[in-house]
Amino acid sequence: MNVSEYLVLSEAEGGLELHAAGGWTSGNAGALEKKIDQVLAQASAKGRKVQIDLSGVVEFDTFGAWLLQRLRRDLAATGADVELSGLAERNQPLLAEMEEVDPQGVAKPRRRDTMDVIAEGLTGIAHDIWSFVTLFGAFIAGLLRLIARPRDFRFTSTVFQFDRVGFQALPIVILVTFIIGAILAQQGFFHFRNFGADLYVINMVGFLVMRELGVLLVAIMVAGRSGSSYTAELGSMKMQEEIDALRTMGFDPIEILIVPRVLVLILVLPVLTFIGSMSALLGAGIVAVFYADLSPQLFISQLNEAITVTHFEVGMIKAPFIGAVIGVIACAEGLRVRGSATSLGTHTTRAVVKSIFMVIVFDGLFAMFFTAIGM
Amino acid sequence: MEHQDKKPETIAEIRDLVTGFGDKIVLDGLSLDIRRSETLGIVGGSGSGKSTLLRTIIGLLPKKSGTIRLFGQDIDELGDAGRRSIERRWGVMFQRGALFSSLTVMQNLQFQMREVLDVSQRLMDEMAIARLQMVGLSGDDAYKMPSELSGGMIKRAALARALALDPELVFLDEPTSGLDPISAGEFDQLIGTLQRTLGVSVVMVTHDLQSLYAITDRVAVISGGKVVADGPVETMSQSDDPWVQSYFFGTRGSAFADEPRRTKRME
Repeated sequence: MNVSEYLVLSEAEGGLELHAAGGWTSGNAGALEKKIDQVLAQASAKGRKVQIDLSGVVEFDTFGAWLLQRLRRDLAATGADVELSGLAERNQPLLAEMEEVDPQGVAKPRRRDTMDVIAEGLTGIAHDIWSFVTLFGAFIAGLLRLIARPRDFRFTSTVFQFDRVGFQALPIVILVTFIIGAILAQQGFFHFRNFGADLYVINMVGFLVMRELGVLLVAIMVAGRSGSSYTAELGSMKMQEEIDALRTMGFDPIEILIVPRVLVLILVLPVLTFIGSMSALLGAGIVAVFYADLSPQLFISQLNEAITVTHFEVGMIKAPFIGAVIGVIACAEGLRVRGSATSLGTHTTRAVVKSIFMVIVFDGLFAMFFTAIGM
Repeated sequence: MEHQDKKPETIAEIRDLVTGFGDKIVLDGLSLDIRRSETLGIVGGSGSGKSTLLRTIIGLLPKKSGTIRLFGQDIDELGDAGRRSIERRWGVMFQRGALFSSLTVMQNLQFQMREVLDVSQRLMDEMAIARLQMVGLSGDDAYKMPSELSGGMIKRAALARALALDPELVFLDEPTSGLDPISAGEFDQLIGTLQRTLGVSVVMVTHDLQSLYAITDRVAVISGGKVVADGPVETMSQSDDPWVQSYFFGTRGSAFADEPRRTKRME
């Protein structure tokens, strides 16, 4: 059946006549809608009687019922006196149902304008800082409570987390730091050789790795690897109301979930930093021996001269603080996940981005601090 | 109702269906018909394969053998296009709603319309609001995210989404589970009303005896991978299957069996 026959307009005595026919169903809704608009544009129904004859309608569903209802309302709005006839008995209830529908009564939510976006951004930042600080406070309080009654400490959970974020992270940490150490040394030897400053490459690599790179590399890897999994875990627990369940059973989610996780990061980061730094130095050493043709003894004695315990301390002191930053940010983001799957994804991304950013900020602050006290 | 006076037409025909996971056979030679414009309740104990049957019919689980004919076509013989056109003729409401959590309720309802139909945004908006009002939600709920809805509202929104394209057949997986008895009663009435106004066939998997008595035209009981009883809920007493007997006439079931039908929740 042709679209043009779905609704036919004709002049009749004392008014207009509309003949509806065919399938007034979802599949034809697009064509029907256009046809109805076309008929409405043609007809000058103002104040006249309009008879809609539906006896030709063979199929009728919600789309058709709504379009008919809309046509009736649009005609009535122009002041026409609309009358329906010929609608099959079985389709009456559906049309009756549509008479109660009122899409105009639904207020569309206001679109956000630029000021809203700016305001949301600013409150978002304030919120971030607030949730970070409160969770850090809650972590310290939880830790103190556990020190007061050590029997409540979740030993099993802590060991499990140790294995997950510490032991299982070892291979990738060792591999990446080894490669970075080797690359640094190779680039150093390649360029410094022109000045005859081969040996100082060892000083440079030693300084960099011990003071900055070792801890930064490890922190970035841990943020990407363990921070994101903390957020995703806590976020999905939050979505499934598991955290509420814990709370209602009289447990403190901070003590059970947050303290072991953050504590483990605080303890694990120095260990990983140490192992990572050693691995980077090994990488540099291998390049020194096989690429720059220095003897292993020379490499070690030069390193021995260049690096003091102070350099080692500077790197290691930072590690637990940075671990705490990563842990708290990851957990805070996890707890802020709301119902949807998108929210989980957003917060996981945010956790990683924010913790890497904060790691670098903290590293900068430490650098200023250590310079000020002459370390 | 006039469309029930005619001899009912069969819109789905399941014959000797076998489905299982690995070595475990869940449905073992099951046969069942679904007729046009009827409300069919599928019941059975936990693990009896009700949901498996539903998932096999809608193609989420592969079958091991047997035939499924939907709207007169054998689904094994359908190509991708044929399969898609059949999928548009049914709507499915999942047990926990399965609303897309990253879309608003409005976008959830319009998802299929947008892909399948060539209609204006205005009509889609109006249809979405009409659907919401039909299932007893307010139009203002259209702009909420699924996570902002209560359990009962999620069920209603999911039902509205299942009806988005005016399907001929609607599958409901435990529509009243997780609702309080009053909401469950309202939901039953809603399904009944929609079934009558839209003339759709409703297949509902349920545990809810009240639903069975209130709105089903026919009940199929699954036990041991087969349909052991099939007929209006009043005829269940004629079955001598022990599961059927204890389900309908055990301590919980007998409370409904004696009262006159279809009055349980209406007033």
